[in-house]
This record gives sequence, C-alpha cells and structure tokens, in this order.
Amino acid sequence: MPNSRPMSPHLGIYRWRVNMLQSTLHRLTGLFLCLGALLVVWGLIAAATSDAAWSTFAAFCGSWIGLVLLFLWTWSLLFHLCNGIQHLVRDAGRNYGPATRDRTHDPVYWSTGWAITAISVVLTVLVWVLLLVHVSGGAA
Amino acid sequence: MSAYPGQEGLRDPLKVAHGLGASRSGVRPWWLQRVTAVALVPLSIWFLFLMGGVLQADYPTVLETIAQPVHAIFLIAFVVCLFWHGALGLQVIIEDYVHTRWLETTLQIALRFGALLGALAGVMAVLAVWLTGASYY
Repeated sequence: MPNSRPMSPHLGIYRWRVNMLQSTLHRLTGLFLCLGALLVVWGLIAAATSDAAWSTFAAFCGSWIGLVLLFLWTWSLLFHLCNGIQHLVRDAGRNYGPATRDRTHDPVYWSTGWAITAISVVLTVLVWVLLLVHVSGGAA
Repeated sequence: MSAYPGQEGLRDPLKVAHGLGASRSGVRPWWLQRVTAVALVPLSIWFLFLMGGVLQADYPTVLETIAQPVHAIFLIAFVVCLFWHGALGLQVIIEDYVHTRWLETTLQIALRFGALLGALAGVMAVLAVWLTGASYY
C-alpha cells in the first residue's frame, strides 16, 4: 500500500552546509566499513586455517583491487573515527544549541566539519606513507 | 475531541501507550552505539598499526603476532565491538530507508544473524590461533 501520509519538506528546502556532507559521509563510510568487517573476519579465519588460506588472503590484499579497497577502507575508518569523535562531543552537549549553531556567534561550529574531512585525508596519506616506508624497509 | 493522541471517547490512553512498547528502554541501542564507539576509538587505531605490520608478513609471524595475549584480547574486543557497532548502524539505516514491512523485518533478522555469526567467527578464529595454532611454530 503506497504511503499517502504527508511528507515533511525534505532536503531541497535547506541551505547546504558542511554538516550535510559529514552526515552523508558518516553513513556511507559506516556502510562501507561493515564490508571491511567481513574482510577482517576473512583474514582471521584464514590465519586460523592454514598457510595456503592466509596466502590467498594476503594475495587479495596485495592485488590492485585489494590495495584500492584497503586505501578506501583506511580513509573511511579515519573519517568515521574523526567525525565520530565530534559526534560524541556534540552528543555530550558541548558546543550544541541554537546560539552556537548561529554562524555569527560561533563560526568555528561549522568549520570543524571541513577540518575533520581534511584531517581524515591527511591521516590516510600519512598511514600509507608509513606503510610504504615500512614495507620497503622490510624488503631491503 | 480527545485529550491524548489516539484516544477515542472514554478509552484509556494507557491502552494506546502499551501498544507502543515498553518505556524506559528506548535509548538502549542509541547508548550502546556510543559505548561501542568509545571502545572502538583506541581499538581501531591499534588495529590500523597491527594490520600495517602483519599484512606483508609471512605466515609464522602472523600467527605469532595474533597469539600474543595482548593482541589476541584486543582483537577479540575489536571484533565484538566492530560487529556490534556495525549492526546498530545498519539497523538504523534499514529503519530509515526500507519501508516495506516484510522486507524490513527480514533484513533486521538477517542482520542480527549475520552480525552474530561474523563476531562469533572472528572470536573463534583468534582463539584458535591463540590457543593452538601458534604452538606449531
């Protein structure tokens, strides 16, 4: 049965702000990280099974698709982590309320969203640079 | 004319309230989502470092690393919190976007089975390596 109840005015009427990006990305990265949880379990079961099973898992992680996915998972984790910490802070009531949400009273409230996105990208690059240094150092 | 939403005539509003489920337990999933999030902050940072060290390592080193008690315990805690937190998140996503009743119910049940199986498999695998696997090397 189609829902005939009136809809609230949805996304279209709101002025775009960075918290919309944060909210959407938090959900998308969360969804994507749930797939990553399956990879974690695959790795653990492979380690518990045999050398060959672990090699299959390691080969997947080392393949192009695997590396791209791992890179995206790293960023997803770090964004979800950074944004989640802000989520916890605001859940606790800090810097939350009409006055602090007003751009003229507290411009910092909105800019933290951009900072979080930037920090998550920088941390992702940092993690992968460290990883590459570690791998090349181990091989030499 | 009714004093309460859902009230018809002389019917007691408590009858309607009962149909909406128990009170006082509504924030439990919300709270657990936050508790597991707090646990996952240090655990996921530690896990990133563990993965970085282990992904290119040979098999005996992998087993040795997982079998270290601190790593094994943290891995178990990480897997449990990860699947719990993920299941709570997916539950909200299903509630928000799936409006066909039978499909929503099916997905919610499948999600609980899947999350439980995933967490169980992860924990069992860590225990297997910790308690038996590492002794071969």
